[in-house]
Amino acid sequence: MNITLLSGSTIGSKTRTAMNYTKDIIERNYPEHEVTLLDLADFELVFSDGRDFREYKGDTKVVTETIMESDIILIGTPIFQASIPGSLKNVFDLLPQDGLRDKTAGILVTAGSAKHYLIAETQLKPILAYMKAQIVQTYTFMEERDFYRKEIVNEDAVFRIERLVEDTMVLAETYKEARRIKEEQYGF
Amino acid sequence: MSFEQYRIDDSKGLEFGLYTLGDHLKNPHIDKRISPQQRLQEIIEMAKLAEEAGIDLISVGESHQDHFTTQAHSVVLSAIAQATEKIKVSSSSTIISTSDPVRVYEDFATIDLISGGRAEIVAGRASRVGLFELLGYDLHDYEELFEEKFELLLQINKEEVVNWEGEFRQPLRDAHILPRPLNGSLPIWRAVGGTPASAMKAAYQGVPMYQAMLGGPASVFKRPIDAYRETLESLGQDPSEFPVATAGFFYAADTTQQALKEYYPHINEGMKLTNGRGFPKQAFAQGAHLKNIMNVGSPQEIIEKILYQHETFNHQRYIAQMDFGGVPFDKIMRNIELIGNDILPAVKKHTAKAKA
Repeated sequence: MNITLLSGSTIGSKTRTAMNYTKDIIERNYPEHEVTLLDLADFELVFSDGRDFREYKGDTKVVTETIMESDIILIGTPIFQASIPGSLKNVFDLLPQDGLRDKTAGILVTAGSAKHYLIAETQLKPILAYMKAQIVQTYTFMEERDFYRKEIVNEDAVFRIERLVEDTMVLAETYKEARRIKEEQYGF
Repeated sequence: MSFEQYRIDDSKGLEFGLYTLGDHLKNPHIDKRISPQQRLQEIIEMAKLAEEAGIDLISVGESHQDHFTTQAHSVVLSAIAQATEKIKVSSSSTIISTSDPVRVYEDFATIDLISGGRAEIVAGRASRVGLFELLGYDLHDYEELFEEKFELLLQINKEEVVNWEGEFRQPLRDAHILPRPLNGSLPIWRAVGGTPASAMKAAYQGVPMYQAMLGGPASVFKRPIDAYRETLESLGQDPSEFPVATAGFFYAADTTQQALKEYYPHINEGMKLTNGRGFPKQAFAQGAHLKNIMNVGSPQEIIEKILYQHETFNHQRYIAQMDFGGVPFDKIMRNIELIGNDILPAVKKHTAKAKA
């Protein structure tokens, strides 16, 4: 399966740090899968103008096509102004309406405050559901104090990322198999 | 006869047409693609067979991107006009936003003369935007380019000598637009997406609407049609003077299961290339349901579906897309045969209206 890690911010280091750990864990535990890390800080994306995702150019095309070719997307996001960053929302806006159909999506949040705990639940999950993703219900929530100089210093936070990866892989593989069985039953 | 201006006689029942987008895709069953030349010739051949089977209309669309071959759709329609005698010749659709309405009118009026009064235009806005760059237009003008040029096209259809000024074309001063169609004017329709707002725009312009339908329940596609007719009424127009057409996937085989099995790979693999993602199998399986607008099934089930749609929409024309995604020509022939022998007679019989 193609796994894409999407680090959804153009600024800051916590989300990227957490995504680096996530990438290491996947590569260690699931070496048979392809993993790509897209850090929006490394790309210059245009704002969505409503066109088909394949008709964008340059970085925008690379990001949209990589996501569309993925089976699994692990979204890392900070919380800005009590919401996901505009850079991440723009990625969703660049994709088709049902662009996450048959894709499994896991969430990792890094926030400055525990007050932001439900932001992913109330703001990110509805977007993923609208776009038809298979959402991993439990997400990982990390705070400022879990990081020190681009390292994770809270052991428990690493365990939580490991569980997020495992939950995501279990859901993706289960869904894929369940879908295969169901589609065979259609008989065409 | 209320639809006379649009050359529709509903006493003869629902009009039945074929349409192609001119896609040029491989046949996924054998993983092979025919040459563009063969594809074009087969489209012309499809029109001839459709005419022989008693089908009312054939239309060809323009798409300026990979995996298509009828970019010059009016040229293809001209060849069809010459190769046929009775069948109506239309577009599905003409992207007026990125064309000069004067040239479009010249082309289609010419096709009308060549065909002996069988040409029509369906004007659309393009679902893809690559052609804006290819043909030198700014995507930011997407909406206004269409509206302004479509209005000009309608004006040319009404007036032989045109005075016009707008943003996206040089002004026309006492411009004599020739040739004129055989009977004075062409039927010009507006292609409409799936929303009521889109259909209402056709009503504001006082033109008949053409609704594309990919899949889903007929009741959902009734909403834009209702909105269209209500808007006409609110403008003091009589909705019964404006025909409505629908367009969608069509595939007939001996059994519904066989039809699904044969057509699904064409749709799914074809859409992966043209739309960037396939067609969900679950949605396709639901397409077989009587109340779903996808006309895929056995001839008997398709008849029931079309009659149900007619009852729901009270539309005047349905056009079928049966050649998408590299459907081989022998299957196209078989479909036309099933339409001509089984489907068309039943549909006409049940939808013909007694003349007042």
